[in-house]
Amino acid sequence: MSLRAREARAGWLFLSPTLVTVLVMVVLPVLWTLMLAFQDVRLINIRQVGLFGNYTLENLSRVLSSPNFAEALRTTLIFTVAGTTLSILLGLAAALCVRRPFRGRTFVRAAMLLPYVAPVVAVTFVWEVMLHPQFGVVNEIGTSLLGWERAIPFLSQEGVALATVIAFEAWRYFPFAFLFLLARLQAIPGDLDEAARVDGATPLQRFRHITFPQLTSVIALLAVLRFIWTFNEFDDIYLLTGGGAGTEVVSVRVFQLLTARADVGEAAAQAMVLAVALVVLLGIYFAFFARRFEETPS
Amino acid sequence: MTPSYGVRERTAPAYGARWSRERVETAALRVLRWLTVAFFLVVTLVPFYYMVLLSFRSIQALLLAPGRLWPSLGELTASTYVDVLRSMDEGGQGFLLFMRNSAVLAVLTVIATLLVSIPGAYAVSRLRFSGRRQVHFLFLAVYLFPSIVLAIPLFVLLSLLGLRGSIYPLVVVYISQTVPVSIYMLRNYFETVPRSVEEAAAVDGASRLGVVWRVSIPLAMPAITATALYVFMIAWNEFLFALLFLTEDPANWTVSLGLARLSGSIEIPATVLMAGSVILTLPIVVLFFLAERMLTEGLTSGAEKG
Repeated sequence: MSLRAREARAGWLFLSPTLVTVLVMVVLPVLWTLMLAFQDVRLINIRQVGLFGNYTLENLSRVLSSPNFAEALRTTLIFTVAGTTLSILLGLAAALCVRRPFRGRTFVRAAMLLPYVAPVVAVTFVWEVMLHPQFGVVNEIGTSLLGWERAIPFLSQEGVALATVIAFEAWRYFPFAFLFLLARLQAIPGDLDEAARVDGATPLQRFRHITFPQLTSVIALLAVLRFIWTFNEFDDIYLLTGGGAGTEVVSVRVFQLLTARADVGEAAAQAMVLAVALVVLLGIYFAFFARRFEETPS
Repeated sequence: MTPSYGVRERTAPAYGARWSRERVETAALRVLRWLTVAFFLVVTLVPFYYMVLLSFRSIQALLLAPGRLWPSLGELTASTYVDVLRSMDEGGQGFLLFMRNSAVLAVLTVIATLLVSIPGAYAVSRLRFSGRRQVHFLFLAVYLFPSIVLAIPLFVLLSLLGLRGSIYPLVVVYISQTVPVSIYMLRNYFETVPRSVEEAAAVDGASRLGVVWRVSIPLAMPAITATALYVFMIAWNEFLFALLFLTEDPANWTVSLGLARLSGSIEIPATVLMAGSVILTLPIVVLFFLAERMLTEGLTSGAEKG
């Protein structure tokens, strides 16, 4: 056997545990979801429904014609766009602040990573208590110091609740953008900036024309990653509001259908529509925006 | 006023107006920068400070003075911790048991993930074979795939097999979530191990497996440690799958699940659960900052290339 062939064989051999895991735990289950989406299945009758029987479009038509689902998809989209944008903007501001050394920078940097590192259940619980209408510190300060007329039910009032979960999302995930942007910022060679400085470019001009163009590719990457993850976000919203007060995103809805109503078929159909919507949105993004980033030299 | 950069200020004498604009902007940005740093410190640290503070107060003290953000020595109590850690039989909330469950689950996930992903990462970074690109794409797709879509079939499957409520099947579910990111992190390091080192070992007659075992893995040990810690954090923090698969049996709850399930109840005081939050958060924060440099470098190593 040639060296090349031996290497290829070793490659597949080394990869096989990973491939088997991914195949069994991800690929096959996803294909099964696809089949479940077209079957009339509930958790109680699943043993009777064969793998290949009773295909129907009913789940899909029910999902697509349901006003609640359309509403959930709209909420998901608002939540995702706002959450992604805010987290990247905050991350950019944070990265620009700690870009150059100063006393205590290590501490500031560490503090900024906390929201991302801490367990989601713990931080959502702290937010819940902080925002509590009766004994939360935010409402207490608001009513006694800032002159609010009454406590604001941040997590249970329509409209306010969505803004709150978006703020939470931005708070929890800006460190992710921060890390990537800071790594990129620190890899930019200083001479270009220095040259522009000697030529009399002001700090804002230097940011606009020298630093920012170096960041666009990372920002584009962050936008895609954060968009995907925020679009599928479940934990944050489920833990903060349980999907109430106008914050029901699609993944929370899928969870409720699956566990509370045990309607496997409709849950699968919804999850599938969610995945397809994501792919379509990403397709649009790459078609319209990605090209622009490719054209900018970096 | 000297700007905050290390280079001495140079004036551009021909452009008086620009010079002043430079000065104004530099001064304004310096103020803005410190305001922004202060803002970030407040929003990131206050919630954690509040968590620790409340965990040492009794619920009565909190209800009496909800706006107080500094400790008053007389009212501090550690009884919240006793209550939250004690087993349910003894009238506590059983968090000691939850911690044990979380630790078992996380450690098993780390071991299993490393066993699967070390050879996988080695193959992807070192060995040339056709289909490598497709494999890369598959891992990326899995990494980015919505976990709620995956939750449905796994929920149905484990329900059918009667395995909901026990920890071990969950390890397998977790591996599928951690292997892609683990391979991504390890791959970056394997690529930095010089080929010549491995070739030297191979010339000395070591087999491929021998080379990996005696040369590549020891060299990549820092990376493996970082990856292990990261996987531990993912498993310890994980919520959705724990909620789906462990809710049935409170004896197998993880700390995350326990806290989430109990926080809905009115009988358990918020400050006791705050002690639970501290217990949940502390190990992760300590681990992270022990390995911070390794972890952040491993995660963002792709970003520097732009």
